[in-house]
Amino acid sequence: MAGHSNYVPQSAAAKWLESRLPVISLVRGSFVDFPTPKNLNYWWTFGGILFFVLIAQILTGIVLVMHYTASTDAAFASVEHIMRDVNFGWLLRYLHANGASMFFIAVFIHMFRGMYYGSYKAPREISWILGVIIFLIMMATAFMGYVLPWGQMSFWGATVITNLFSALPLVGEPIVQWLWGGFAVDNPTLNRFFSLHYLLPFMIFGVVLLHVWAFHTTGNNNPTGIQPKTKQDTLPFHPYYTMKDAFAIVVFMIFFAYFVFYIPNYLGHADNYIEADPLVTPAHIVPEWYFLPFYAILRAVPDKLGGVILMFGSIAVLFVLPWLDTSKVRSGAYRPLFKQFFWIFAAVCVGLGYLGAMPAEGIYVVLARILTAYYFAHFLIILPLLGFLEKPNATPNSISESVLGGSGSGQPAGAVAAPETK
Amino acid sequence: MNTMIKSVRGAMLALAAIAVAAPAMAAGEGPHIERQQWSFSGPFGTYDRAQLQRGFKVYKEVCASCHGAKFLSFRNLAQPGGPGFTEDQAKVIAAEYIVPKGVDEYGDPVEGPAVLSDRWPSPFPNETAARAANGGAYPPDFSTLAKARAVASGFPGFVFDIFTQYQEQGPDYIYNLLTGYEEPPEDVELLAGTYYNPKYIAGNALAMAPPLYADSVEYTDGTPTTVEQYAKDVSAFMMWVAEPKLEERKNLGFRVMIFLIVFASLLYFTKNAIWRNVDH
Repeated sequence: MAGHSNYVPQSAAAKWLESRLPVISLVRGSFVDFPTPKNLNYWWTFGGILFFVLIAQILTGIVLVMHYTASTDAAFASVEHIMRDVNFGWLLRYLHANGASMFFIAVFIHMFRGMYYGSYKAPREISWILGVIIFLIMMATAFMGYVLPWGQMSFWGATVITNLFSALPLVGEPIVQWLWGGFAVDNPTLNRFFSLHYLLPFMIFGVVLLHVWAFHTTGNNNPTGIQPKTKQDTLPFHPYYTMKDAFAIVVFMIFFAYFVFYIPNYLGHADNYIEADPLVTPAHIVPEWYFLPFYAILRAVPDKLGGVILMFGSIAVLFVLPWLDTSKVRSGAYRPLFKQFFWIFAAVCVGLGYLGAMPAEGIYVVLARILTAYYFAHFLIILPLLGFLEKPNATPNSISESVLGGSGSGQPAGAVAAPETK
Repeated sequence: MNTMIKSVRGAMLALAAIAVAAPAMAAGEGPHIERQQWSFSGPFGTYDRAQLQRGFKVYKEVCASCHGAKFLSFRNLAQPGGPGFTEDQAKVIAAEYIVPKGVDEYGDPVEGPAVLSDRWPSPFPNETAARAANGGAYPPDFSTLAKARAVASGFPGFVFDIFTQYQEQGPDYIYNLLTGYEEPPEDVELLAGTYYNPKYIAGNALAMAPPLYADSVEYTDGTPTTVEQYAKDVSAFMMWVAEPKLEERKNLGFRVMIFLIVFASLLYFTKNAIWRNVDH
């Protein structure tokens, strides 16, 4: 990172600091001079967008905590206090609540981008694994955050999800009670969720730094999947990508603001405006939309423990994705069969999301089982086999060549490249 | 071109991901709800002051005998974006209610007329008392009720709801419920103390008797005193109680949107100027 800096301190103060703590060259090497492939498309801006959303969530969250009360008696009222009495409290809360959804929209796009362009493949396995860890912490953070307003869906969502652990043999029951801090979701549960909800975003921040460190060590992937070879293939991060990312972030902010200002409750559930009542179960307990695909997998299995295992397995499989994909070609752009399977997989994920919102009965369960089977088949059967069966298209010799040659498939389709030798 | 097709496909995927995002709306079936015209819908919606005042009158004279609004303060009645009462009018309204005023010098509880900072007094001291007085049913508090009820739009309706900015599920449902009471069909057996209403979200009958009757609340501005009009006005009022900052939100939203669009355009041209000499 710092090694990419061509910074030479000029002023006496800068020289003094740099010789004791080379923080200026570290920052410059990482975010100013950092050589970035020049062909990154807009799908690559979602990393910057995610960083923006993380910071926005932390800032709005810190202010919300100044007005929120974590207690089963007062939580719901304190949220309404924020909505009614706190200056711009409604804005902070809607930004924070919708920000969670924006975070997941951006992270899903970011992950699918990584899958399409093979960003998880060597030498970027660690970046990918750190990303999956971030995703896991995000899910935990979002789940616990949704409990804090102490509405009906908060309470019953927490009850359903924590109860999943009771499926574990022998230790299940004690674990659930340990999570709850009692014998039901109650005040101790709310307080520990609040504590962890405040802690985890800073852990995300830390893992994000590792994530950036890892892919700054290997260099960014790019749409061709070919490593930069010469200086002609890269651009300094600033001003090229700072400006491109800034543009993308502001466009994303427009999308974000549309939800916050015009349909702030669209992504939420009406039942969460009813204060939690342990004696009244809502007709349909549904998680937030970003959990729906995983919820569909959970409910697709008739056995509770099996469902829990598959649900966690659906994320665990992402950790080993770098070793499941056997193709020598990195980018999906040169993989005609993979490309089709990629879009089928994306459709399957959307389909699982839809089924997660439907009642678990009749045709919905059958469809959920088929799609769940396909989800795992994609990783465990299709990806390993594709590497052997697929005949990839020719890859360009360099990033510069792909840029000048239009879409980069200027060579005859039959000319199979051997990118591993490049 | 290839990139463009890819981008379009990607955008569709992103859209589809959002489309799945309507858990409440997608989950399950519900009564058919006729959507109504509301002055506060859409990007420039504002509350109709006269309608909120009429709705407040209906609430005060009819609903408030059973339904509280514990997060509503009397001062809210005179706040911008609300029913538009003057501060003096709100003070007069508050003074009609006797509320607890702490304790006196001997520690005995005292009561007195409400002031602007007081909350709307609940009609029952607690839930048990409310249930006892209402045949076991608990009349829900109005504070957030208009945001706490939604009947599923179903597919593909919930996708269109994003673009039409449909956020009026609550008042639409409340209006439909209040005007939805019917004589039960011959083959329907009702529990004692329930009233047939096919618009009810959780069954076909509810414990609330039809609350509104024509000419039961006096309107001084010449508005027709029909059940439909009362229902419409009180639904709008309930939306305001649940979302008192709606006007401030939409107003600020418009300015934020303009700013962001101009800012994004400037960034776009700046970015292009920087990238002008780069093949990429």
